[in-house]
Amino acid sequence: MTVELFIQYLVAGITYGSIYAIVAIGFNIIYNTTGIINFAQGEFVMLGGMLSITFLQLLPLPAAIALAVLCTMAIGAAIEMLFIRWLVNPGVLRMIIITIGLSILIREAALHIWGDNVHSLPYFIGNEVSTIAVLGARVSPQVLWVIGVCALMVVFLNVFFQATSVGREMRACAANRTAAILCGIDTRNMVTLSFVLSAGIGALAGAVMSPITYTQYDIGTGLAIKGFTVAILGGLGNSLAAVAAGLLLGIIEAFSVSIVPLAFQDAISIAILLVILFVRPHGLFGSSAAAGLKEF
Amino acid sequence: MKLKNLALLPLLAVIVLVQLLCSWTDSVFYLTQLTMSAYYSLLIIGLCVLMGYAGQISLGHAGFFAIGGYLSAALTTRNLVPFQDQFCVRLLDAAGCLTAGQDIYGEALLVVTPWAACVIAVLTAAVVAFLLGIPVLKLKGHYLAMATLGFGIIIYRIVLASSYFGEADGISGVPGFTLLPGLSVSGDFSNRAANYYIAWGFLLLAMLLLRNLIDSRVGRGLRAIHGSSEAADAMGVDTARFKLHTFVLSAILAAIAGVLLTHYNGGIGPSEASIMKSVRYVAIVAVGGMANLWGALIMGVILNFLSLRGLFGSYDDAVFGLILILIMLFAPGGILNLRFGGLRLLPNLIAKRKREGN
Repeated sequence: MTVELFIQYLVAGITYGSIYAIVAIGFNIIYNTTGIINFAQGEFVMLGGMLSITFLQLLPLPAAIALAVLCTMAIGAAIEMLFIRWLVNPGVLRMIIITIGLSILIREAALHIWGDNVHSLPYFIGNEVSTIAVLGARVSPQVLWVIGVCALMVVFLNVFFQATSVGREMRACAANRTAAILCGIDTRNMVTLSFVLSAGIGALAGAVMSPITYTQYDIGTGLAIKGFTVAILGGLGNSLAAVAAGLLLGIIEAFSVSIVPLAFQDAISIAILLVILFVRPHGLFGSSAAAGLKEF
Repeated sequence: MKLKNLALLPLLAVIVLVQLLCSWTDSVFYLTQLTMSAYYSLLIIGLCVLMGYAGQISLGHAGFFAIGGYLSAALTTRNLVPFQDQFCVRLLDAAGCLTAGQDIYGEALLVVTPWAACVIAVLTAAVVAFLLGIPVLKLKGHYLAMATLGFGIIIYRIVLASSYFGEADGISGVPGFTLLPGLSVSGDFSNRAANYYIAWGFLLLAMLLLRNLIDSRVGRGLRAIHGSSEAADAMGVDTARFKLHTFVLSAILAAIAGVLLTHYNGGIGPSEASIMKSVRYVAIVAVGGMANLWGALIMGVILNFLSLRGLFGSYDDAVFGLILILIMLFAPGGILNLRFGGLRLLPNLIAKRKREGN
């Protein structure tokens, strides 16, 4: 393998890895405040891409993406208020089934609205063939957009959770819900906010990746299962570890293309998921003692 | 026959009555969808025991259905003539499991007999379920759901990506499955009624088996696991083994359903292995009320029949998604337990009989 090819694979891996990381962080945000894995997380990414493409017919690109992200956030809030908020102490099985049902409904709605064709946004800068030289390898500028936007989102989320009072309240809600209520935090609003936030970052990632990965009504399931793999790999609830795990999975997947056929690429990441679930369900960076206290 | 098994007699009467009604009113075409619904329901009642009684969710049961269906389809249609000299093929031949013939171009054709293919397919599903079940059933909640979902996706990818399983086209031209001389599972119009009774016969048999299972020591153990795995463990229930056996049993039922339906339809396509199918089965078990075999059976037949008749049109998947959400939001006990101001929507005869029996 030449150096150029190696870098080419590496960049592709980092690109997909940062998208998986964003999906995983979306899982983590909701899991932290509610203890729920939102199986419809991948559908937020799909909606972000699809809505941007639709709004682009009326608006310039930045405005279209901003509106799409806002709409997806509104959908996230609506989902939480309509389907999650008023349930009293729902079991895990019930929540799994409800979020799976939601993902099917969103997907089917997308199928009827946008059809089963592949759609995509135009490249933000240049076009399909324009490239930038990186250490001798040639990569599309859109790749840099994806990596840059995902990195910015991670930084933003970190600042939000560490330095703002709303972010701290959300963390308090994650650490101990009862204690948070006693401190006067409205935990119900925190749950809504967590859905809004993870819908927003998912939608933004979906819009940025659309030019290179394309958007179809059914991309959500694949992204959700890979995002979940990454979330588990990093340790459920740990967003910074999810970034490392996301890049790791992306790079493994990119290099696996040179060994196994592309059609089996999904099977590779799912096999990784299964192995991790069996061997280290608390993740690469998590501690098993802490995981033992959590309710899955 | 034990008293509790007499409950199956009215069902038998309904089965015969429906067949007669269809013949009298000249609408035998309904029997085709009813036969297919019965096969799907075979899978669903197996899943019902796994989900409702043992409390283990599986989002990969279409995978076991596909293992059964695809293996029997591939084995009974793929020509083994080029591999005639290999050890496995010679072994199968010596065991009398191969049948020679000619294809439509007059070329020599050597395929596995349906009986042998059925045994291989069901055994494979059982072994896969066993090997998968050992690690997977240690997981709980989200992890179990994701792991079984992952298994389902792997099977789907495999059938979609390998030419042996026909890729996106699936496998067609699967021959009939002669169970007994003169009695074969096939899509022939002439033995539509016979096939209807075969399918429902299998379903009744499975129902009898599962009802006895859940009323036995094993069944009580399973319900204890559902309540609390730890408490069941403490009371001496071998939770790991019980869960695993139920998982394998439900996989075997799914594989048998896959084998028989594939022979009945004369083919199988990748949509049978899709995640949406697995989710649909879970939805039907949920509508039936989770730990309610009768509910699963009745809803399995009704919903599959309506879906196969094309009542939901292009909104087929959406309907099942909506059913899932509505049931889980408003009637987690299933549609048969739905109450309006203290009044049940449908009288739950089964529960009543159970109380009287005790």
